[in-house]
Amino acid sequence: MISVEHLTKRYGRHTAVDDVSFRCEPGTVTGFLGPNGAGKSTTMRMICGLTPPSGGGATVAGRPYRELPNPGLEVGVLLDASAQHAGRTGREALTVAAATMGVDRRQVAAKLDLVGLNGVAAKRRVRAYSLGMRQRLGLAHAMLGDPRVLILDEPANGLDPEGIFWMRGLLRDYADRGGTVLLSSHLLREVEAVADRLVVIGGGRIVAQGEKDELLAGGGTLVRARDAAALRGALERAGLAVTDGTDGLLVRAAAEAVGQAAADAGVALTELRAAGSGGLEQLFLTLTAGASTKEAVR
Amino acid sequence: MTTTATPPAVAPRRRSDVRRPSLLRLTGVELRKLVDTRAGLWLLITIGLSAAVIAVVQLIWTPDAEQTFANFFLPSMLPIGLLLPVLGILSVTGEWSQRTALTTYALVPRRGRVVAAKLAAMVLAALASVLVSLGVAAVGTLVAGATGGAGTWRFEASLLLHAVVLQVANVLMGAAFGLLLLNTPLAIVGFLLLPTLWTILGGMIRPLREPAGWLDTGRTMEPLLTPDVTADQWARFAVSLLVWLVVPLVAGLVRTLRREVS
Repeated sequence: MISVEHLTKRYGRHTAVDDVSFRCEPGTVTGFLGPNGAGKSTTMRMICGLTPPSGGGATVAGRPYRELPNPGLEVGVLLDASAQHAGRTGREALTVAAATMGVDRRQVAAKLDLVGLNGVAAKRRVRAYSLGMRQRLGLAHAMLGDPRVLILDEPANGLDPEGIFWMRGLLRDYADRGGTVLLSSHLLREVEAVADRLVVIGGGRIVAQGEKDELLAGGGTLVRARDAAALRGALERAGLAVTDGTDGLLVRAAAEAVGQAAADAGVALTELRAAGSGGLEQLFLTLTAGASTKEAVR
Repeated sequence: MTTTATPPAVAPRRRSDVRRPSLLRLTGVELRKLVDTRAGLWLLITIGLSAAVIAVVQLIWTPDAEQTFANFFLPSMLPIGLLLPVLGILSVTGEWSQRTALTTYALVPRRGRVVAAKLAAMVLAALASVLVSLGVAAVGTLVAGATGGAGTWRFEASLLLHAVVLQVANVLMGAAFGLLLLNTPLAIVGFLLLPTLWTILGGMIRPLREPAGWLDTGRTMEPLLTPDVTADQWARFAVSLLVWLVVPLVAGLVRTLRREVS
């Protein structure tokens, strides 16, 4: 279990993470979403006691991370797949970690096997690894102590589609067996398939969080017409909030109200449906644009 | 009918299972990390070879009468005293330059324990290096005895003690520079250059001559290469260590504990 409360990090006048609070429960996968530079990695480093927070705090398995006697046995951490000594072999990197934690050496081979790094790959130096192989090694490293909690920063980076599919299965299975997973990504699609809950962060602040299904359903209505300008005019006259979606106009209103507004203005629609994940994706796209969206989501 | 194996649940760990890794275990890990990379291994091999090369040079060029155990032992310490601290620097700065600090300090959040283990590993390496020096000197003496050299074994115990103190101080000085600067090239250049710079400046600038006698490690360490060290010489040695070892070590420790790992 992970509990984050009012976590804040300021660098000089810049606030990288601003009053972030969320919880990750056992048996769930929490997707931590946000564009690059939103504060995901800083938040995760603060959870793991590597970056001192300016305010607030976090506990893992009921305690602040730095007070865990042997963290590797309780929390598996993968913050950067490239954070391995380039001159060590993959197997040696895991052996060093196993020795630190006091884990049986046989676990090294078992976890290498689990992540699909074969004997040849394990004997190569990390320098020669592709990013995908480093991610697999990092995942093996995180799971080495059979922890109950996994904290993974962008674990899908560099994995091929088959690898991403494999990782989803691995994490889903891990959560189904009672584990707690927090994984970050800047790609909604990547976590959509595996996460139960989503925490969306932008500009250091949480802009949305909740059950994935709820968040995806609450995305408003997508509407299209051949005459987009007329449609937009009609909707705005009806007092509805309109934004440009990826494939049509996105309206924060029920389909009925949107259809009525279009009918009143005599605009012929070509499409009218619940936006689904398009809404979240839209939110996601606009996160990079500025602060205005944060207001819209509230 | 097929039976499906139910995968084991991610069981909550019993608190009693989870114990803090002991300093002994962490020291073992740090010793392993000294040799499990190509850079570390080759540095160690170079150190061993350079000690051996010096002994060979002595066998060929030194007058026969001076080919004694003590005379083989002392010169073999010089390249070790110079290169072993570099291993200490690498051990500390490598965590940051190779970004392994992220994994190391995630596994052991009490960074002071990791640093303590690193220092302990370096002290053990220094002790081992004195054994290597003794070994090289023994082989040198045997060969000298067989080839017409003096080959005398007379060796004063105090010299061994001084050698140990000297080598331990050297590696710890390296580690202290590494901790303070947290940057490999900067720490190596600083460690090798600053004391030498002192020696040069102390020799050239008159007002510096007196303080140099207390602060220039090149001069304060010299008496330890002999069996007899006076109280005054020990005091000068201690003061120079305070400046070049203790101060950077403490400042470096504070810096390492506080630094954000990213």
